[in-house]
Amino acid sequence: MNKLETALRDLSEMDTLASGSSCIHRLHPAAKLIATAAYILVVVSFHKYNLGGLLPMGLWPVVLFQLSGIPIRTCFYKLRIVLPLVMAVGLFNPFLDHTVLYTVGNIAVWGGVVSMITLMLKGVFCLMAAFLLAATTPIDVLCGALRMMHVPGMLVTLLLLTCRYAGILTEEASVMTQAYELRAPGQKGIHISAWGSFLGQLLLRSMDRAQELYDSMLLRGYHEHFHYAPIPRFRVKDALFLAFSGAFFALVRMLPVVQLLGSFAVQ
Amino acid sequence: MITCQQVSFSYEKDRPVLRDLSFTVHPGESVGLIGANGAGKSTLMKLILGLLPCMQGQILVDGSAVGKDTLKEVRRKLGYVLQNSDNQMFMPTVYEDMIFAPLNYMVSREETDRRVDAVLEKLGIGDLKSRHNHKLSGGEKRMAAIATILAMEPEALLMDEPTSALDPYNRRIVIRTIRDLPQTKLIASHDLDMILDTCDRVIVLSKGQIAADGPAGEILTDRRLLEENRLELPLCLAGRS
Repeated sequence: MNKLETALRDLSEMDTLASGSSCIHRLHPAAKLIATAAYILVVVSFHKYNLGGLLPMGLWPVVLFQLSGIPIRTCFYKLRIVLPLVMAVGLFNPFLDHTVLYTVGNIAVWGGVVSMITLMLKGVFCLMAAFLLAATTPIDVLCGALRMMHVPGMLVTLLLLTCRYAGILTEEASVMTQAYELRAPGQKGIHISAWGSFLGQLLLRSMDRAQELYDSMLLRGYHEHFHYAPIPRFRVKDALFLAFSGAFFALVRMLPVVQLLGSFAVQ
Repeated sequence: MITCQQVSFSYEKDRPVLRDLSFTVHPGESVGLIGANGAGKSTLMKLILGLLPCMQGQILVDGSAVGKDTLKEVRRKLGYVLQNSDNQMFMPTVYEDMIFAPLNYMVSREETDRRVDAVLEKLGIGDLKSRHNHKLSGGEKRMAAIATILAMEPEALLMDEPTSALDPYNRRIVIRTIRDLPQTKLIASHDLDMILDTCDRVIVLSKGQIAADGPAGEILTDRRLLEENRLELPLCLAGRS
């Protein structure tokens, strides 16, 4: 199985994960969407040296993963291509920022090291939260919630179709790669001389398929307006989820939880 | 139901794909459209559905000329089953794909659900309802694709190679299903055995023109006519020699 086939399988498995029936899956999509957006905002808002403050934020996705029945390793496995990029974000900070923040024994801890870890954790936490949302909410339900929140229909349709067409692009690329590999034994990847025609063909083939898919939509009455899955009523448990999440974010953001716990333990 | 009057079409100048085509498909009729590769079968289907503009002549669906102003009305009456079911099924599950068309045509949720259940029961594929499209086998996908079209309750069905890439067992199921559908049918295919099984009338297309039009029993047994048009007798009639 080539990398693209694996990517395609991963993509289709997201739909399967999203069709689960845990308490997190059953939450109102708007509640999950708002909570995730708030989580990402709060995580991003931490100062680059505030590693202690940021750490407890990791609890929220971890608890939700447990409740949803989706193993956290699934998240890391599926995001294995993106994670190194996220991790690379702060890689140069230790070389650029030599401000001494703490000393552990005789060892000085530079601000660059702390900010690197903080940035990495921010990226990982945000990815975990976004993955959790996607893995517990089918894309059309998510789009329905976005429309309910008055996000412009054009943008929502764009999101939905991008998700659908991403699969087509990957599928075509996978078939073409396989055909290439079968006629180029012993060769690793696609030779640079073939990249031009390969990409051109990929574009043309994907466009053809996308056109046929769009025709199929038109023939079934599509007129720039999707009828998304029915959104369930906003219930008390959804409000409670939002309230608890909000309270947790506020608590962690405003109070130095780790320091308080530390001083409590010392006393 | 479907009338083509002197229809011509070309993708490139001076290279006509269809030339001066005239025929009528009457309500309730089941018509097979056969011809060699490049004969213009798929192009004709797309013209009838208004996916391609008619350059010359006129196509009427239930009395309405196919054109920009009538597209909505025409397409509501026609259900098109694509050759590649993967391109037809674009929603995550079979159910969501089936409700796509009725909801677009403002059918209520309750009525849509009733239609979905009725179609699934009729085709005997109730177990596919909540299945994910990408997890269906080729045969299941084809049946689900037909189901998504039937949920529209179209007056006529246009099918492009409905039995291609199916194993014998699934092919037989699809043929039986098509044969039992009461709608007007226009079926483009190279599977002449299937055409013989499902159609009363056959139109032979050759180089964009009608080479023959008549009862399926007559046309599909005419070896000379078929061979002149780069076709062969259906296997069931060709014998084992």
